Amino acid sequence: MNEQDARDAVRAAIGKVAPDVELAEVDEDARLRQDLELDSLDFLRLVETIDTATGVDIPERDYPEVATVKGLIGYLAAHG
Amino acid sequence: MGDFLMPSLGADMEHGKIVEWLVKPGDYVRRGDLVAVVDTDKTVMDVESFQEGVVAELLVDPGETVPIGTPLARITPTPAEVGAPAQPVAPAPSVAPAPSVAASPAAAAEPSVAAAAPVRATAVQASPGEAPPIAPPVRHLAHRLGVDTARIHGTGKGGAVTRADVEHAVAARPSAGRVRSSPRARRLAAELGVELSGVSGTGPEGAVTVADVQHAAGSRAEAGAPAGSAPPQEQEPEAPPPGKSPDARERVASLRRAVGALMSRSKKTIPHYYLSTTLDLRAAVEWMQSVNAQRPVASRLVPSALLLKAAALAAKDVPEVNGFYDDGGFRPSASVHLGVAVALRQGGIVAPAIHDADTLAVDMLMEQLRDLVSRARAGRLQRAEMADPTITVTNLGDLGVESVFGVIYPPQVAMLGFGRVTEQPWAQNGLLGVRPAVTATLSADHRVSDGLRGGRYLTRIDELLQKPEEL
Repeated sequence: MNEQDARDAVRAAIGKVAPDVELAEVDEDARLRQDLELDSLDFLRLVETIDTATGVDIPERDYPEVATVKGLIGYLAAHG
Repeated sequence: MGDFLMPSLGADMEHGKIVEWLVKPGDYVRRGDLVAVVDTDKTVMDVESFQEGVVAELLVDPGETVPIGTPLARITPTPAEVGAPAQPVAPAPSVAPAPSVAASPAAAAEPSVAAAAPVRATAVQASPGEAPPIAPPVRHLAHRLGVDTARIHGTGKGGAVTRADVEHAVAARPSAGRVRSSPRARRLAAELGVELSGVSGTGPEGAVTVADVQHAAGSRAEAGAPAGSAPPQEQEPEAPPPGKSPDARERVASLRRAVGALMSRSKKTIPHYYLSTTLDLRAAVEWMQSVNAQRPVASRLVPSALLLKAAALAAKDVPEVNGFYDDGGFRPSASVHLGVAVALRQGGIVAPAIHDADTLAVDMLMEQLRDLVSRARAGRLQRAEMADPTITVTNLGDLGVESVFGVIYPPQVAMLGFGRVTEQPWAQNGLLGVRPAVTATLSADHRVSDGLRGGRYLTRIDELLQKPEEL
């Protein structure tokens, strides 16, 4: 998956899990938990949404790599 | 004739607004069927019927706000499945009860009620000038078809209502030809945009069930339904974009007022005491990671599920933290309905219950937790979930703090708090290691317990978490 597709997928997934987040204003360095205030269930749903949309299943051991928006985009681009 | 009243949906509720009726006059409802959607200051809830019968009249229009206890609808009792043993034609009632309701004590008590019903039914029929005479098989038919016999003009002997009269009444209903379906199925259909008449029902007498609606929605999606239509489970109504419309802002403000009023009452009336301890989560986290490694993301667990299960089991062992304190003093609860404080993304908090959490397997509890949180955020909770938690847990951990000392939700007597799961230096047997750990706190009511019993509750949770596979 190229980076733009990965970015689109991440934005779509965040929009679904946290509809109140202003996607246009999200800084890609933003941390999903602390800055976007996703709790563990939101995060799980985000991972699930991405899996459904892209087929990339992020295992739990890789969660530290996808803690930020940028990290998540990079992960999808590399594994998708 | 019974009135369906505006129920109290929480200790802090004074009035509610009817958002939507899920039934209409002439509908047959069983105890536990959802009949109305009610908006409180806190959230929008589905409210179920507490009685069985036919909806005779709706007394409050959608949009109206009324105090609790106000009659909302009249429900005419019908004889329960009384003739059933003697009636070869007696099929199951047309309305499928929701599974969760079927398990409730009220539903379980029904057989004995039904056994007593014939006598009562006769007495009702004999009351002066009210209902026309009616033969039991016909009454049974009317009951099955949801026809209120008191509203039928009988053409039989002495004004008796005959089978033909009942059938005629059914045919003459404004909604004649309507699809038989449960209220729950109807609502789901409306939510999913499924036309009921196009669904073939597999329920009793071809009634459309929730499963049928889901199936129809699913096959429609597969058949290349309109772009943008998601699989059914993802079509939950989303909360309105917060902070955007004046409506949403007003909702946040009123929720804040409601939370403030309840917490003020709690702090004024409940003598809180506070305890804190650190729980060793090495066993629990290792077990969870090994389980999760073999699972697709949809069925993975989060630490909260284990913490909640341990909290529920421990509450069973320390009854002083589980129940209600009211005018009559402390009433311990035999069941553990675990309230889960859910922060709403647009601001504010609600704490609906996971029923009988102590009896649920961890997987099931996880599933219910996800469902509850997503519905809480979408603003679609059910009455019982809001009304009857017996102890509440707040789990602020993901926001990054180590511990949280909660305020007890009256009339409950304890609030359990979990902080963030962190790796901490841990000394054991003279050795220092690093383990995942969490700070558990207890705010409890001194009128009911003291530090010794409260401490027992927290240490019991710790013990349970050391054997996660047994949770």
